[in-house]
Amino acid sequence: MSQPTLAELSRRLGEGAVSSVELTRDYLDRIEAQDAALNSVITVTAEQALAEAEAADARRAAGESGPLLGIPLLHKDIFCTAGVRTSCGSKMLDNFVPPYDATAVARLKAAGAVTLGKTNCDEFAMGSSNENSFYGPARNPWDTDRVPGGSSGGSAAAVAAGFAAGATGTDTGGSIRQPAALCGITGLKPTYGRVSRLGMVAFASSLDQGGPLAATAEDCALLLQAMAGFDAADSTSAEREVDDYSATLDGDLNGLRIGLPKEYFGDGLDPGIEAAVRAALAEYEAQGAELVEISLPHTHLAVPAYYVIAPAEASTNLSRYDGVRYGYRCDDPQDLNDLYTRTREEAFGAEVKRRILVGTYALSAGYYDAYYRKAQQIRRLIQQDFLAAFDSVDLIMGPTTPHPAWALGEKVNDPVAMYLEDIYTLSVNLAGLPGMSVPAGFVNELPVGLQLIGPHFGEARLLNAAHRFQQATDWHTRRPAL
Amino acid sequence: MSVDQAEIEKIAQLARIRVAPTDIAELTERITGILEMVDQMQAVDTTGVEPLANPLNASQRLREDRVTESDRHAEFQAIAPATEADLYLVPKVID
Repeated sequence: MSQPTLAELSRRLGEGAVSSVELTRDYLDRIEAQDAALNSVITVTAEQALAEAEAADARRAAGESGPLLGIPLLHKDIFCTAGVRTSCGSKMLDNFVPPYDATAVARLKAAGAVTLGKTNCDEFAMGSSNENSFYGPARNPWDTDRVPGGSSGGSAAAVAAGFAAGATGTDTGGSIRQPAALCGITGLKPTYGRVSRLGMVAFASSLDQGGPLAATAEDCALLLQAMAGFDAADSTSAEREVDDYSATLDGDLNGLRIGLPKEYFGDGLDPGIEAAVRAALAEYEAQGAELVEISLPHTHLAVPAYYVIAPAEASTNLSRYDGVRYGYRCDDPQDLNDLYTRTREEAFGAEVKRRILVGTYALSAGYYDAYYRKAQQIRRLIQQDFLAAFDSVDLIMGPTTPHPAWALGEKVNDPVAMYLEDIYTLSVNLAGLPGMSVPAGFVNELPVGLQLIGPHFGEARLLNAAHRFQQATDWHTRRPAL
Repeated sequence: MSVDQAEIEKIAQLARIRVAPTDIAELTERITGILEMVDQMQAVDTTGVEPLANPLNASQRLREDRVTESDRHAEFQAIAPATEADLYLVPKVID
């Protein structure tokens, strides 16, 4: 079958044209038949998925309705799922079966969504290529010799391949938007605090946000509607009403002011990507939007500031993996220090160790002011750039990534080169803003993402702008041949 | 800023990560590369700029001090590597 969107499946379920059990079987079959080439799914929960699908069909038969009732989804393997192994792509948690659901997962389940399984990702979400996974790299369905992006690479590859109607991801520095761009799908990173972080295994707590990946903005609106909202159990959750994202999708864009940061169109941007993004912007102009050049003068400092703040927070968060309470424990520890140091040596991968060590250095006596405090000051300057820009524009747009998907192995030995691939996405996390990536064309038969950045809690405006673009273009309908 | 191998060994001990002697040279080189990139920050004058810790400038929300959780220690300890009599087991700390 061709790949219908989540919204189309929702309508078919509502009309009784298909059951959740039929849809779930179809997706499970596809994963089984085709995922060997992509390695996008770490754990398939077939039996549980079919039970959930039956329950959803029973709820519908009893008169219940709802856009996600019976919709099969995949969850990034960093969201805790009760009774289902949650590995975070790490040997450390290869045996970890959490006793509870993440709030985002629980909300999707309550809305009737079916969990097909858990997707591959970079270890503890640290990476931009999905190559830092204990379970091996996920592959890009457009070219299986290339990376799908990361860290939510498995979620993006799986959605692009039609293994689920949608997927969850997390984004600490671009980890939803960048893989969405590289795999040719739509992804949304909400405002910091919009989606609960409870049960979303922590990487960098002041940056992490969960969000949806799906074929279209309309689909992302339906998923975000269920995921978003205040959670008293997350002390950084925003106490603020959730907008009705679907209600405003069709609003016209006449007079919308779109800021184009000149720093996002400079050296280092692939000319093919620039051409695709400029063509997308011309479509917005055709719909009545006004393009305004702006400046975000501290953009070049986002990568350095991020690679202090994120590792510092990671070094603190990952201190919990001590071989005592859950997860991996080394064999035959000689004493407590040996238990800690060997457990962590044996079960963390190379990139996670590097980041813990950089973070430990940045927070250690004598270096705190020069690194962590300095990075937080620069974070303020970066946020001020955005806030000043939003005084005069409604949205900001540019490329999601400087390059299309690169070859597996190409950057694994050069961490800094890998970090620079996130140059257009990191500052959005530092500022706590919502951002999206939508398909905007191809370069050398590889997908290109257009990034949309909104003011705090501007998700409805982002989804509206993305949806209107998708009504006028068909890039989001292109699917790779598997 | 570059770091030497002795500093890496010290940080690794602070972070409780054993580093094999054969890995230390490469690790030192990689971390030096990251810190050199990070040092671009030092060129910026940030005098008087208030550090930003929470992107919404929020402070920690406090809850009422009362018991809200039920006792689930059996569930939580079921996934522990080693327990005995409801306690987590670790190697002997005091002889």
